[in-house]
Amino acid sequence: MSIEAKSGPTANTASGGHAELIRLENVHKIYHLGEVQVHALRGVSLQIGRGEFVAVMGASGSGKSTLMNILGCLDRPTRGSYFLDGTDVSQLSKVELARIRNQKIGFVFQQFNLLPRTSALENVELPTIYAGLSPAERHSRALAALERVGLADRAHHFPSQLSGGQQQRVAIARALVNRPSILLADEPTGNLDSRTSVEIMDILQHLNEEEGLTVVLVTHEHDIAQYAKRVLEFRDGRIRKDYQVSDRWVAREVLPTLPVLDDLETVELGAQDAPAPGPVSSSEVW
Amino acid sequence: MDFMNTLRIALRALSRNKLRSALTMLGIIIGVGAVIATVSIGQGAEYLIQQGIESLGTNAVFIAAGSNRAGARTGFWGVRTLTVEDMEAILREVPLIRSAAPVVFTRAQVVYQNQNWRPRIEGTTPEYFQIRRWGVQAGGIFSEDEVRSAANVCVLGVTVARMLFGNQDPIGQTIRIGEIPFRVVGVLEAKGQSAMGEDQDDRLIAPYTTVQRKIAGITWIHYINASAITKDAAQAAVPQIEALLRERHRIRNPEDDDFFVSTQSDVAEMATQTERVMNLLLGSIASVSLIVGGIGIMNIMLVSVTERTREIGVRMAVGATEADVRRQFLVEAVTMSMAGGVIGIASGLVGSWAIAKFLGWPTLISATAIVIATVVAAGIGILFGIYPAWKAAQLDPIEALRYE
Ligand SMILES: Nc1ncnc2c1ncn2[C@@H]1O[C@H](COP(=O)(O)OP(=O)(O)OP(=O)(O)O)[C@@H](O)[C@H]1O
Ligand SMILES: [Mg+2]
Repeated sequence: MSIEAKSGPTANTASGGHAELIRLENVHKIYHLGEVQVHALRGVSLQIGRGEFVAVMGASGSGKSTLMNILGCLDRPTRGSYFLDGTDVSQLSKVELARIRNQKIGFVFQQFNLLPRTSALENVELPTIYAGLSPAERHSRALAALERVGLADRAHHFPSQLSGGQQQRVAIARALVNRPSILLADEPTGNLDSRTSVEIMDILQHLNEEEGLTVVLVTHEHDIAQYAKRVLEFRDGRIRKDYQVSDRWVAREVLPTLPVLDDLETVELGAQDAPAPGPVSSSEVW
Repeated sequence: MDFMNTLRIALRALSRNKLRSALTMLGIIIGVGAVIATVSIGQGAEYLIQQGIESLGTNAVFIAAGSNRAGARTGFWGVRTLTVEDMEAILREVPLIRSAAPVVFTRAQVVYQNQNWRPRIEGTTPEYFQIRRWGVQAGGIFSEDEVRSAANVCVLGVTVARMLFGNQDPIGQTIRIGEIPFRVVGVLEAKGQSAMGEDQDDRLIAPYTTVQRKIAGITWIHYINASAITKDAAQAAVPQIEALLRERHRIRNPEDDDFFVSTQSDVAEMATQTERVMNLLLGSIASVSLIVGGIGIMNIMLVSVTERTREIGVRMAVGATEADVRRQFLVEAVTMSMAGGVIGIASGLVGSWAIAKFLGWPTLISATAIVIATVVAAGIGILFGIYPAWKAAQLDPIEALRYE
């Protein structure tokens, strides 16, 4: 059940001969709160290659979300540089950053962040609107993305009519619709029960394996990190460990071993209203 | 992001809070509606004034008794110095004046059998009908001889005829004013309302001699309706008439004049003056209500930006630029103000139709007012939408995404 480290904590080179997609060089992020300075990142250097599946772990406040925001071009480092696909992103203007977010990055959030009272299909279409695609192209791409997450039949449902897991799948479809080079997910399973979490990991693994999508996800749960290929452990704004996952779990194989609830609605309501723990905790299953 | 998409998003956002959007638009609706309605009333009044001027003829000159002491018109009709002799002197000595008719007026009870009515009673000469271009629809008018002999004959306006006779033919019938019997010789053509809203058909016209001696008991006249040979002659005649009357009334200082002389151009001038004041008043009312409406829109847009902070964060995260967000909220504000404008125009039109129908005021729809109202409504949306839109665009995507 423990995760074995293949390489030491200082190893932070792109692994397995992947072409480099992300490179951080001595990135610092300092927040100013009045007089107080919060040093959220203290010199992070890191490379991520194409096709990697990285789980970022660490205690609360260790800087995981700060890192994700910088990787996602929502924020800029206070110091240091960030190369995405060979471009020094830290030098770009706001408009150029918006363009990169639109074209190269797909975001998945813990809170799903779907637009309320807007159909699943239109939620998925959102990034294509800002990409300037034609309505027909937008529609077909959004439908295709929904199909990839297995929700084509729910295209016209509103988020309030979907379970938490389904909402997160819509959010993943939205992240995929502009064919980004990287998918960033900050605690995507944080609000989901364990079976639904594994279903989400199944989708991410599938996208990573079959379509070569680069995935970086933040999680607190070791069980979730086990589905990734590589783990970065953060402490106090620094990378403390960086290792390849041995005995990587395959969600498709784990899923059949998980109990399916008779009353599916209970799960859906539970997942939707509160981050309720699954009826069966993961440690009991394995 | 293209415009149609922005508009679609705006319409959807607005339709989500239908009642709120409607209440917000109310300020604009009322402002625009009031302007459209009042402009159409004003235009209707102006049309009537123009018509009145035309019906009197552009050659008309109006000489009224009245004094102007201490800078105020005092005792307008109480001045007793204007006489028929003055009129005859004008006709004799001012060749620019072609014809003139004296007018004395009063109000008195008129009785026919068991019907009675209290119209305006005017005493004049046959020239009156010619100068005013006012013909009879039945019977005829009285003659110069009847004026000279102060005969008891009269011509009725259609309102008086209707009130006293109903469907009966008044011609040849005898009515009484006080104790004096009058024979009805004619009924005037209908003229309808004047620009001031009074019924011009509510009058009885008799020889001035008869009215002076038998009804009003006076020797002077109230005003003279004169007609010059041309429009320019009317203007040129004014100083000549003034000089003549001053001489006849022994007035040295024009400030002591006991009469007024004016022409149709003066009336037209006054009408435009009135219109200008009216427009100014209208303009200020309109701007106040539109500003209030605009502030309402700004307020709701600010609320909307706060409510939709997360949505803004999501949009930015998936690639919306600041300009995209700004445009989205601006289009929303303009959509709201434009919709308010359109509804306002519609209700203004309905309102002026209702005023014309139920109050009987004349109204005239102005296309210019409609175009201006539309443009102003759009302008209000932009003006008051800019700040909320700017605020939305300034949001930090990370904080917006975290917003509860
Ligand atoms: N906008 C901000 N202003 C000030 N300080 C901030 C801001 N965002 C984050 N921080 C601080 O930076 C540090 C790192 O925060 P971050 O959100 O990256 O942690 P995290 O690892 O994602 O934690 P968690 O697991 O709880 O999500 C924390 O001390 C936090 O208080
Ligand atoms: Mg976090």
